[in-house]
Amino acid sequence: MTDQLILEQQDEAGRAAIWRARRSTRTYRGRAGFTLLLAAVTFLVVAASAQHIGGYAVSQGVSSLIAALPGIVAAIAAAFVLGMAASAFLKSLAASRNDDVYAARALGDEASTRSWKALAWIGALMIVTGGAWFMVVNDAAVSRTFFDLALIRDSVGKVLRAFGTNILIFSVSAVFILAWALVIALARTLPGAAGRPLRVLAIAYGDLFRGLPAIITIYLIGFGLPLTNLPFLSDLSTTSYAIIALTLTYGAYTSEIYRAGIEGVHHSQVAAARSLGLSHAKTMRYVVVPLAMRNIIPPLMNNCISLQKDTALVAIIGAIDAFNQAKIIAANNFNLSAVTTVAILFIAVTIPQARIVDKLSERDRRRMRAGG
Amino acid sequence: MAFVEIDHVTKHYDALEVISDFSLAVDEHEVICLIGPSGCGKSTLLRCVNRLEEISSGEIRIHGDRITGPGVDLDRLRRDIGIVFQGYNLFPHMTVLENAVLAPTKVLGMGRREAEEKAMAFLERISLSHKANDYPDRLSGGQQQRVAIVRALMMEPMLLLLDEITSALDPELVSEVLDIVRDLAAGGMTMILATHEMGFAREVADRICFLQAGKVYEQGPPAEVLGNPQGERTQAFLRSLRKAGRL
Repeated sequence: MTDQLILEQQDEAGRAAIWRARRSTRTYRGRAGFTLLLAAVTFLVVAASAQHIGGYAVSQGVSSLIAALPGIVAAIAAAFVLGMAASAFLKSLAASRNDDVYAARALGDEASTRSWKALAWIGALMIVTGGAWFMVVNDAAVSRTFFDLALIRDSVGKVLRAFGTNILIFSVSAVFILAWALVIALARTLPGAAGRPLRVLAIAYGDLFRGLPAIITIYLIGFGLPLTNLPFLSDLSTTSYAIIALTLTYGAYTSEIYRAGIEGVHHSQVAAARSLGLSHAKTMRYVVVPLAMRNIIPPLMNNCISLQKDTALVAIIGAIDAFNQAKIIAANNFNLSAVTTVAILFIAVTIPQARIVDKLSERDRRRMRAGG
Repeated sequence: MAFVEIDHVTKHYDALEVISDFSLAVDEHEVICLIGPSGCGKSTLLRCVNRLEEISSGEIRIHGDRITGPGVDLDRLRRDIGIVFQGYNLFPHMTVLENAVLAPTKVLGMGRREAEEKAMAFLERISLSHKANDYPDRLSGGQQQRVAIVRALMMEPMLLLLDEITSALDPELVSEVLDIVRDLAAGGMTMILATHEMGFAREVADRICFLQAGKVYEQGPPAEVLGNPQGERTQAFLRSLRKAGRL
C-alpha cells in the first residue's frame, strides 16, 4: 500500500528532472491575441460613432468644438487601449521566444495583466459608446425629452426654490425622527414583565409603519387629517402633514436601527454598569445608548439619504416641492427636462453623503481589524 | 455572625445545576480564594453575591440581612459590593478618568471635581495618573484591569469580588494586577476571589475553597488545601496544574 502512495524511488537528479519537466511557461498568447482583435474593433466602432454623433450634434446647432470634444477624447482612449493590447501581444510573443525561464514568466505575466486591463477598458468604452448612440437615435428623441438644455436652464430657478420645501421637510422630520425613534427603541428594550405593555405597543407600531408604504401613509395623513375636523390637526399645511407622515414612517425604520445598536452593545458592559450601582435608566443613558450610537451612524446616514429622496413623495398630497414644480413645468412644455433638473439636484445632495457613509464604514472596518 | 453568609444556595439554568447546596461564611477582612476546574461555578457564585445572577434557592445574607429574594434595592446593594471582571469591561467610550468618576458622580451624587481628585489619587497610587485622559484601547490589558479595580474602589465597597481578574492577561502583566490585590488584602479589604493563580492564592488567601460541581469540596488554610490536600478530586486537580507547570 505504502509503495503506491510514495513516488517511485529515484535519485535526486531524477526527481529534479521530473519537477522541471512539469513546469511550463505561460505566454497567454490566446488571451493577448483575442484582446488585440477586440481592441481593433473597438477603436473602429468608437471612431465611427464619434464622427457620426459629432456630425449630428453640429447639424443640431451645437458648436463644433463642444460636439467634437467627447468624440475626440473617446477616440484617443480607444487608441490608447489599442496600444495597450498591442503591447500585451508583443510581450506574449517575447515570452515565447525568451529562453530564460524567469524572464519569460515575467513577460507572460505582464502580457496577461495588460490584456485584462485592456479588456476592462474595452468594455467601458463600448458601454459609453452605446449610451451615446441611445441619446441620438430616432432624431435624438432621448436627449430632447430628458436633456433639453434650454428648458433645464429656464426651469432651474423655479425648481431650486421648490427644492427648498424638500429641504425643509427633510431637516425638520430628520430631527423629529431621531428623537421619536429613540423613544420607540427604548420602549422596545424595556426590561421585565412591567415593560411588556409598552414593549408590545412599540412592536405593533413598528410592524404597522414598516408595513405601510410611505406613499400611502403620506396620502392618508395628508388627505385624511383635514377631513377629521380635529382642532389643530385638521388645519395644518401640507408641508406639516408631510413631516408628520415621514416621521411616523421613518420613526419605525429608525427605531429598528437604534434597537439593533442597543442590542449590539455587549452585555458585559451592562453588567459592569449595573454592578457599579447604576440603574437601568442610567445604564442606558451613560453607557448603552452612547455605545450604540457609535455603531449605528452609518445605517442612520443611509436612512437619512433615503428620507431625503422620499421627500419627493409629498408631491402626491399637493405640496409644491421640487418634483411637483417640475411636473407642472413638464406638463406645460410636454418635455421632461425639468424633472431631470430635480433628479440632478437629488443626486447632487446625496452623493457627498453616500461618500461620507462609505468613509465611516471603512473607518469602522479598520477599527475592527485593529481589534476594538 | 459572619459578614457574608452564603447559605445552602442552589443555582440552575434550566436542567443544568451550576451551584448545588453551596454554603460559605466569610468574616470581615477575610480573603477567600475560590479555586477549581472551569465550569465548577466560581464565577456564577460571585455574580450571585451582587445579584447579577439570581439564585434558585437558599439565601445570601450580609451582616445578617438577607439580600436575596424580592424587594431588595439592587442599585443600593451594588454600591457596597464591588466586582472586577475577567474581561475588564471598561467603558470604551470614556477615558480612564471618566470610567472612574461615572458611578460616584451619577450614583452617589458626588461633585465632579471631588470625584476626579479622588480618582487621580487612586490612579497615582497605581502609577497610572499619566493615562487618566486616555481611552481604554490605548492601555495594555494589565493597565485596563488596574483601572477596572480603581473604578470599583471609587465606590468604597465593603466587599470586593474578583472574578478571574488575571485570566485574560499576558503572563508578564499578571503581577502588576496582583500587586494591587495584595495591597488591598494588607489594607483589610474583604475579598472573594475566583482565581487560577495558585501561588498568589497561597500567599494572599486566609482560606482556600476548592469547588467541585457547584459545591465546596474542600476548604481550609492555603498551606493545608494546597500543600496537603485530603480529597481525591483536589489532589487530581492540583496534580494536573503541576503537570501543566502552573503550580
